[in-house]
Amino acid sequence: MTDQGTQNQATAPQRFRLPWSWLGVAPFFIFALMFLILPTFRLIIGAFQTPDGSFTLENIQALAQPSIVSAYMISLKISIASAVLGAVAGFALAVAIVRGGLPEWVRASTLTFSGVASNFAGVPLAFAFLATLGRLGLVTVILNNWFGLNLYNAGFNLLSFWGLTLTYLYFQIPLMVLIITPALDGLKREWGEAAATLGANNWQYWRMVLIPVLWPSFLGTVILLFANAFGAIATAYALTGSSLNIVPILLYAQIRGDVLHNPNLGYALAMGMIFITGASNLAYLWFRTRSERWLK
Amino acid sequence: MKGKTWAWITFALGCTYFFVPLIATIEFSMRMKRGVYSFEAYRVVFGDERFQATFGYSILIAALTIIVGILIVVPTAYWIRLRLPKLRPVVEFITLLPLIIPAIVIVFGYLRMYNSSSWLPFTATRRGTDILLMFGYVTLALPYMYRAVDTGLRTIDVQTLTEAAQILGAKWPTIIAKVILPNVLIAVLSGAFLTFAIVIGEFTMASLLDRPAFGPYLQNIGANRAYEPAALAIIAFFITWGCMAVIQILSRYAPKSASRPN
Repeated sequence: MTDQGTQNQATAPQRFRLPWSWLGVAPFFIFALMFLILPTFRLIIGAFQTPDGSFTLENIQALAQPSIVSAYMISLKISIASAVLGAVAGFALAVAIVRGGLPEWVRASTLTFSGVASNFAGVPLAFAFLATLGRLGLVTVILNNWFGLNLYNAGFNLLSFWGLTLTYLYFQIPLMVLIITPALDGLKREWGEAAATLGANNWQYWRMVLIPVLWPSFLGTVILLFANAFGAIATAYALTGSSLNIVPILLYAQIRGDVLHNPNLGYALAMGMIFITGASNLAYLWFRTRSERWLK
Repeated sequence: MKGKTWAWITFALGCTYFFVPLIATIEFSMRMKRGVYSFEAYRVVFGDERFQATFGYSILIAALTIIVGILIVVPTAYWIRLRLPKLRPVVEFITLLPLIIPAIVIVFGYLRMYNSSSWLPFTATRRGTDILLMFGYVTLALPYMYRAVDTGLRTIDVQTLTEAAQILGAKWPTIIAKVILPNVLIAVLSGAFLTFAIVIGEFTMASLLDRPAFGPYLQNIGANRAYEPAALAIIAFFITWGCMAVIQILSRYAPKSASRPN
């Protein structure tokens, strides 16, 4: 079928021809429409409808009720905290392995381990942290028996904002290492030499050259980590059940049992999630085009 | 010692954060018998019929996901490189969408669109729901699969190989299966193992579609048992680690240099 398309192109470029070459990508577009785009659109449309199908903005306004606002606030807090802390810690680790003069095996094993840990999320990650910092976890027990420090009496709780943030860091830090290491590798040696020739000390080199060059990739990755944490549910659900009221858990409960007593409000809740992750990804793309200017 | 002190300190702090939970989980998983360390929890887990059933189910779904993912992604990525480079930004954008739209939202959309009273009632039968879950997983794996295959295609000269095969009289299925696929096999396999690592313990979609997969089983054990979850966490860690190790070994055999710019 497509040889024909080529021949037509060569012999009679003006004649109208069926777009045969589009057939080659048809399965992909049908798949994407059916299982990605249309289902999402159905939700977005549903967010603007009453149960009987007429247009309304009430669902969007209903998102302002205190329980939903507080769910969004906790989700945003956890996502921002785990993204910023994960980015800072991951950046420090990446700088250590790229510019710290450590032996090659340190770099190689850190990158391999990051590949594993960034994919070790979901339910098993929750189990690992329960075994570490839960009420009977190893670290909790050791701190209590050896140092007389009872974490839970001191106000720590794994099933809380800080507990969940600490758990999320287990996949956020490695993701940062994996994304930012190539950017650090892309820094040119000549820049350091040029700065040194001009009399810059190490701190000035960082402040005036490296930080401005790396800033867009750093911020871009923070946003990516944010979206990564914002949509995650399995770890939080396995860790806290439904005791921590974050948006994905609220949405999960809504899908299972209509806890908001309005299916269309559920669609609005989902649309709010797409809006937040979508906006953050647009920002990521913007930062990435800026960082690519220098890191080629 | 080679290296700067601050770098070693940072590395040591990283090691502490990442290894303490692993050590704690291993220790916890061996505490099942009172007073002695044992592998009792692992024995119980492996002997559990529901473990075997759900794990088998998830392996099957993962295998189907990989096959369907390859069938959709390889011809598309090839065709985009060969004939429709203008469409590349569109296709790349679509393959990135699953990173923007959370899995829970996608599956919520399925439940609204394919329920038993809709035009295409996937969820009306168990077999239909299995297929819907499989397509959901293909969607989740799409960003990773597409990037892996596209990177693989970048290292071969798609145009010349295709023309050579055409001159020798090969038809399209032959060209894709016998010329293109073997050349990007390593990239495809890397994508396949990454897909496996993502899909095998997936919780959200399987749970909301109510399928007996490994992810919901894990969650259920976590809510009801004490020591088995720790053992399962270690097993899951080794599965992920195994997948990543295979990908790294495969990457050693992948062609390094690009024969074409872009």
